[in-house]
Amino acid sequence: MVKDQEFLEKKASYCLGLAKKLGATDSSVVVKNSVSETVNFRNSKLDESNRSDDLGISITTYIGKKKSSISSSNLLNDNLNILIEKCVETTKNTPEDEFNSLPDKDLLAKEVRDLDLYDDSHIANDQKIDYLKKLEAAASNDKKIVNTESSFTQNKSNFVLANSEGFCDGYKTSSFTASSVTVAKNEKSMERDYEYSSKCFLKDLDDAEKLGNLAANQTIRKLNPKKIGSEKIAIIFDKRIAKGMLSTFASAISSSAISRGTSFLKDKINQKIFSDKINVFDKPDMLKGLGSRNFDTEGVKTDTLKLVDEGILKHYLIDTYNGKKLNLKSNGRCGGTSNLYFENGNTNFKDLLNSDSKSLYITETIGHGSNIVTGDYSVGATGFLVENGEFKYPINEITIAGNFKDMFQNITLANDLEFKYPTNSPTMLIEGMVVAGK
Amino acid sequence: MSNFFEKSDLSRKEAESIISDTLRKCDDGELYLENSKSESILLDDNKIKNSNYNSDLGFGFRAISDEVVAYSHSNEISKNSLKQSSENLKSTLKSVKGTYNHEIPKSNKKYYDNINPIEQKSLNEKIKILNDVNDYLRSKGDKVKQVTANFLGEQKSVEIIRCGGETLSDVRPLIRFNVSVMLEKNGRKETGVYGVGGRQSYDSYLKDENWKSVCDEALRIASVNLESKPAPAGEMKVVLGPGWPAILIHEAVGHGLEGDFNRKKTSAFHNLMGQKVASEGVTIIDDGTIDNRRGSLTIDDEGTPTEKTVLIENGILKNFMQDRLNARLMKTRSTGSGRRENYRHIVLPRMRNTMMLSGKQTQEEMIKAVDKGIFAVSFGGGQVDITSGKFVFNCTEAYEIVDGKIGSPIKGATLIGDGPSILKEVSMVGNDMMMDPGIGTCGKAGQGVPVGVAQPSILIDKMTVGGTKL
Repeated sequence: MVKDQEFLEKKASYCLGLAKKLGATDSSVVVKNSVSETVNFRNSKLDESNRSDDLGISITTYIGKKKSSISSSNLLNDNLNILIEKCVETTKNTPEDEFNSLPDKDLLAKEVRDLDLYDDSHIANDQKIDYLKKLEAAASNDKKIVNTESSFTQNKSNFVLANSEGFCDGYKTSSFTASSVTVAKNEKSMERDYEYSSKCFLKDLDDAEKLGNLAANQTIRKLNPKKIGSEKIAIIFDKRIAKGMLSTFASAISSSAISRGTSFLKDKINQKIFSDKINVFDKPDMLKGLGSRNFDTEGVKTDTLKLVDEGILKHYLIDTYNGKKLNLKSNGRCGGTSNLYFENGNTNFKDLLNSDSKSLYITETIGHGSNIVTGDYSVGATGFLVENGEFKYPINEITIAGNFKDMFQNITLANDLEFKYPTNSPTMLIEGMVVAGK
Repeated sequence: MSNFFEKSDLSRKEAESIISDTLRKCDDGELYLENSKSESILLDDNKIKNSNYNSDLGFGFRAISDEVVAYSHSNEISKNSLKQSSENLKSTLKSVKGTYNHEIPKSNKKYYDNINPIEQKSLNEKIKILNDVNDYLRSKGDKVKQVTANFLGEQKSVEIIRCGGETLSDVRPLIRFNVSVMLEKNGRKETGVYGVGGRQSYDSYLKDENWKSVCDEALRIASVNLESKPAPAGEMKVVLGPGWPAILIHEAVGHGLEGDFNRKKTSAFHNLMGQKVASEGVTIIDDGTIDNRRGSLTIDDEGTPTEKTVLIENGILKNFMQDRLNARLMKTRSTGSGRRENYRHIVLPRMRNTMMLSGKQTQEEMIKAVDKGIFAVSFGGGQVDITSGKFVFNCTEAYEIVDGKIGSPIKGATLIGDGPSILKEVSMVGNDMMMDPGIGTCGKAGQGVPVGVAQPSILIDKMTVGGTKL
């Protein structure tokens, strides 16, 4: 069982009290507990079961404008005494930074709404096994599938965030996640692909057969890939890849990258950075949302932000420290975005495939090829050649490259947005990128 | 060494009896205890932005029956908690009828000293060096717009208690020093990153102001990139410099030779044992026994002493890297490659220091042999799709080669290739093998572990360069 609010609050207030006694002028503390149970199957047999019970505490102490932090998984008071003493000592010896402080009191979240983020139901390992048996049966139905690995995880977490300004709050969250990874093989090639589903509530999880079938079909269609020549071509990003463009966008507008001057989107506020049909939202209060939250990791309240309005950048993602540096107020984005998404475009998926007589449909990218300082983008890719709206054949061992500054201006979105991850995008078309192949 | 039972209501003897009772009829398993202390001090934007200390304590209890692994971990080292974990394991492995394998090799060799690098240098000394780094780099001209430097130090004590009470332990120091500098000229910004590290004290890397050479290297890379032009797109010859570019070896063949993927037959290499997978003259080893290297280990996380494992010898595939589970199921022995990020994770076969050994040619000969291609000197990270064998790595410093001569620097680009065939495209192996500077972390199944790589200069006849210039 995950630890209750009372236990976490007691630990938090013990730490705040001790820090004050030892000379900290301000302090904040996070206490977390997370209990996960996972069952893994491989080729329709039990492969692994894993139970984890993680406790963690992190404390930041301030003496005036000096700051230091500690973290530990050992919550015994004996250990906390030693660590907090060390933290306060280190704070004394750390140079001042004029921007160090707790958040402004009037920005702290006042009320905590129930966003429907916790499902009390418990799925026993035997029930997980029943689900995985069905999933694996569906996934391994076709003879071309030679290996299946699937997994079911239940996670229950609870946390409390408290600071010396009197803020003390937290709540339970839950997640249920099922995934399937399949390998298909024929004489010429061996390929892998996957499908997964993750929800706050058990009853919302995708059907086991559906998940297994999707994983298998997505893998089999990758067999016998070809390498194509190098050329400039329109690229269509599957939703699971398109969301990565938003993640890069979020890193580039984080107040830390902006205040350090290390972002290609610095000084672009109120400028047009996307094509004019593009709207981007970050909406923290979606019921059952995978990225939903009541306040950020500093306790600052989080409202919905329309980050991009008809292509124009309207907000950075601001925390307290970098906000002070930029002379801006925190908008509750310490720790990043919540439910971040592109609003639907007005083209349907089929029409998007038909936009060009020839294009590439990308289903997977590998490599860490996004540079947020320069905006340069270059990654390895796998996908399909699309001609006249039809999937022709699978493609691999190619790279796709461009620069985000141009790519963002050339985005067309389909109208098929769904909320499968914390960050979501409809299917995306970008014109004018370069493919390197043969 | 840590005494894990000192402040617990659980005595060592009681722990041993719970372990033996749980594992007696299993094929393998152990209780893994870990106590790690780590620090991170960060200078950024002219200020000490962060000084963080972490102390992490916990155990992971593992029971294995045939192919099935049951695992349970917790932060609380107590009678209750261990019993609860034991119950979790028993409920997964309902009817076990194996025989516990007590055999585990022994060695007295140690590859690093029992030190705590964090305590060996005071906070004030570390802060002073970081401030000196900042001042030094910012004195190099107006184009220096941002400097980030950090220290990471760690001491990890581990203890492995097996069925019957056999105990193995290790204390592992690890440090890392990193510098990143951003330059701006005529509105264009570029970054250069460099770092050093290993299983030693900070002083082994930083005495006598030799941190300056780390700064100089970061600055050099950033300066080169300020002048870079768009990288070419398409297949061409590639010369790789010595040292860190061995990420290629790590991604292209290293992961594919890990035991688990081959037992499951999901690696592109699983049916190639004993066959030619590389050009003649190509020998690749994975070595955990080099003193003080980042990827070295005295014992692995199952208690097996590490070793030098020959993976590919003169082009022929000789061995996979094994932990105990995959070794038993593949009827071979562990190569001391069983590793985990920490007690929260199960053991997997992993790389340590993966190295391609020197050949006879010089880098000069390689450059001369290329009409049109690129010379890649420094890299960011890489990634591989084990099953299709396709891998990528990202250049952070590269030049074009035209008519046998090194030309202009080119922008960072991703290079992509096919693991099982790329080493057959190696047409020259240099005589200049070099270790990387000691900053690599390898990710697999969500677990990061410190690793090293090494290689001489090599010439690859055909690889796809992912630039934008057609």
